[in-house]
Amino acid sequence: MTATAAQAPHLSLSDTFYTSLFEVENGERIRACLQCGTCSGVCPFGYLMGFPPGRMIAYLRAERFENVLESDSVWMCVSCYACTTVCPKEIPLTLGLMTRTKEELLLAGNVPTELQDALMNSQRYGNPLGESPRKRAAWTKGLDFDIPTFKEAKRPVDVLWFVSDYPSYHPRVQLTTKAMAKILRVLGVDFAILGPEENSDGDSQRLAGERGLFEMLAEKNGKAFGKYEFNEIITSDPHAFNAIKNEYPKLGINFPVQHFTEFVANRLDELKPHLRDIGEQRVTYHDPCYLGRANDIFDAPRKLLDAIPGVELVEMSHNRNNSLCCGGGGGGMWLDGFQWEKAHVRLSEWRIQEAVNVNADILAVACPYEPPRFEDAAKMVQGAGRLMVKDIAELLADSLEMEE
Amino acid sequence: MNIVVLAKLVPDLVEELEIDDSGIALDMTWLRLIINELDDHAIEEAILLKERTGANVTVLAPDIEGVDDILFTAAAKGADRLIKIVGDYESGVNNLGLARVLTPVIKDLQPDLILAGVEAHEDLDGSIGPLLAGYLDLPFIGYVASIELEEGKATATKEYPGGLSAEMEVALPVVLGIQVADEPPRYVAVSKVRQAMKTAEIEELEAGDFDLSGGPTIDRMYQPEVGESATIIDGSLDDIADSLIGIFKELGVQ
Ligand SMILES: Cc1cc2nc3c(=O)[nH]c(=O)nc-3n(C[C@H](O)[C@H](O)[C@H](O)COP(=O)(O)OP(=O)(O)OC[C@H]3O[C@@H](n4cnc5c(N)ncnc54)[C@H](O)[C@@H]3O)c2cc1C
Ligand code: SF4
Ligand code: SF4
Repeated sequence: MTATAAQAPHLSLSDTFYTSLFEVENGERIRACLQCGTCSGVCPFGYLMGFPPGRMIAYLRAERFENVLESDSVWMCVSCYACTTVCPKEIPLTLGLMTRTKEELLLAGNVPTELQDALMNSQRYGNPLGESPRKRAAWTKGLDFDIPTFKEAKRPVDVLWFVSDYPSYHPRVQLTTKAMAKILRVLGVDFAILGPEENSDGDSQRLAGERGLFEMLAEKNGKAFGKYEFNEIITSDPHAFNAIKNEYPKLGINFPVQHFTEFVANRLDELKPHLRDIGEQRVTYHDPCYLGRANDIFDAPRKLLDAIPGVELVEMSHNRNNSLCCGGGGGGMWLDGFQWEKAHVRLSEWRIQEAVNVNADILAVACPYEPPRFEDAAKMVQGAGRLMVKDIAELLADSLEMEE
Repeated sequence: MNIVVLAKLVPDLVEELEIDDSGIALDMTWLRLIINELDDHAIEEAILLKERTGANVTVLAPDIEGVDDILFTAAAKGADRLIKIVGDYESGVNNLGLARVLTPVIKDLQPDLILAGVEAHEDLDGSIGPLLAGYLDLPFIGYVASIELEEGKATATKEYPGGLSAEMEVALPVVLGIQVADEPPRYVAVSKVRQAMKTAEIEELEAGDFDLSGGPTIDRMYQPEVGESATIIDGSLDDIADSLIGIFKELGVQ
């Protein structure tokens, strides 16, 4: 009798697992792994994963991958791209091995409950927060100018602003959304939003292993994009940016997209005359994984910060390519309890400590996951009492406010 | 072993509820429908029993918009047979009418175990289980939180107020009202549901005319009304909290 197979019948690998590993661009490079362990060493949670990426490959080779599936180690992966970036054999670890393994567990129904809720909400309501889809544009109320939806505008518009989930619904992140609206207005951008026709971009759900859900959400967004005339998409959400730029085209949904920081950096000359001194501030910048490492946008955000009079930009020890994940990626946003139980520390707390170490007044961010994550973390870190967390859009809007 | 599970769709409270012009029903224009949460638990319990005993699971649901989704989702979880009861639900069907239509359908299926959510959150009536048990002349146990199956009998753990539980042995067939499944309802991947849509089949049965006699009629449906002694404090969260603190201080709360 084969004891292991009898005890864990649903944990054997699906027939498609190996082929799916190789379907990822350059996926076959996994064969060339040197077992150097660099990936596991750089992984922020590598020290407590039973199976960090390097060891996963070892078990794959030994045909003992069932052991990996039986552990819940892969749910500690926050899809931060650190391993992928350092691998000397350039193996697409995040997109391939890590995500495929999560997909395998998800298909077997082996998903932490916290994560299930976010996935169910995304399925039902088109957002992981479980908020009313009808109220997706409710954040626009209370602004002293109008934010048009495409449905209302009934005409071609230059820019489609993909607002995304947390910027639409999360009370803290809504402040950054309003700041962004203000900047677009000062720049005189002709834009509109989709409102209730917008769905979650689905990128973090994809990286949490729910590929089918990602495709469903992408199809809905693709349909909404196709209904209207516009020249390009902008978004403040690096995850949405990554999805629309790199993943939607694989599904035949092709639209040009820019991250908000790039879009504004390209128009900095128009904005500069309006920017006023915000007082002497020591600012450090956190590179979001899906803007920086995954998409190589490191300079635009720094250019914007440098343009604000009063800002002195300082770098933390982990910066640019070597940035430290806030812990929210790859489903981490919805696995806080699970990860806390394993780690008893949040990645966001390490990051706050780094900001404190460089004596920053302000931690500047460019991803909607971050203001709530870092503000929560700052309450836990000694010496972080006076550290402020601000989105770059908020800092720019503050600087514009000085003008009034 | 045959298990029949009853499931239905109820208004999703993610959207605010409005009363329609008739004043006796909900306005359906913006209403979203969702599987009744306790029915979702009943399905989960049935699938867990199937995994333990190899039972055959049939899910039975009234044909209301969205029913295909909940049936295919049940199939993706492991349900063997899907049946929807087609009929005129628009003009309002009470639980008596539904139970009368379900009785012969369930008889034909010859189940050993009939599971229903113990109540649905849209009417908080909890009567489908007991009514069916009455019409089928079977025993009923409500507020069940766990089931063990043996040859010809079941042991159900029933919850009582005050944190008490009781284990009850009952001969099959039996109708059980499920309060909570042994494990939280599982998440099933969208790709699996899409697969089920291609492979699973939904059978349709005609309800015919509903006999609603003996049930209550709704005279008036209304939003909660402010009582005379109640004060609603309006404003931002901060304002409300400030006013409350003021009131507490005035009342001498330390
Ligand atoms: C049918 C039913 C059965 C339940 N059974 C259980 C059970 O068995 N066990 C259990 O643990 N829970 C149960 N609950 C839930 C529980 O009663 C509530 O979750 C709990 O009372 C909510 O408290 P809160 O402070 O979070 O509520 P809040 O919504 O903050 O309200 C607290 C009080 O403040 C009042 N209030 C709120 N806003 C204002 C305002 N602006 N101005 C003036 N007054 C205001 C409210 O009317 C309320 O009296 C049940 C609920 C229902 C409806
Ligand atoms: S860094 Fe690359 S080569 Fe080194 S162990 Fe990891 S996957 Fe293998
Ligand atoms: S993507 Fe990040 S969290 Fe995931 S294995 Fe690689 S380094 Fe670790």
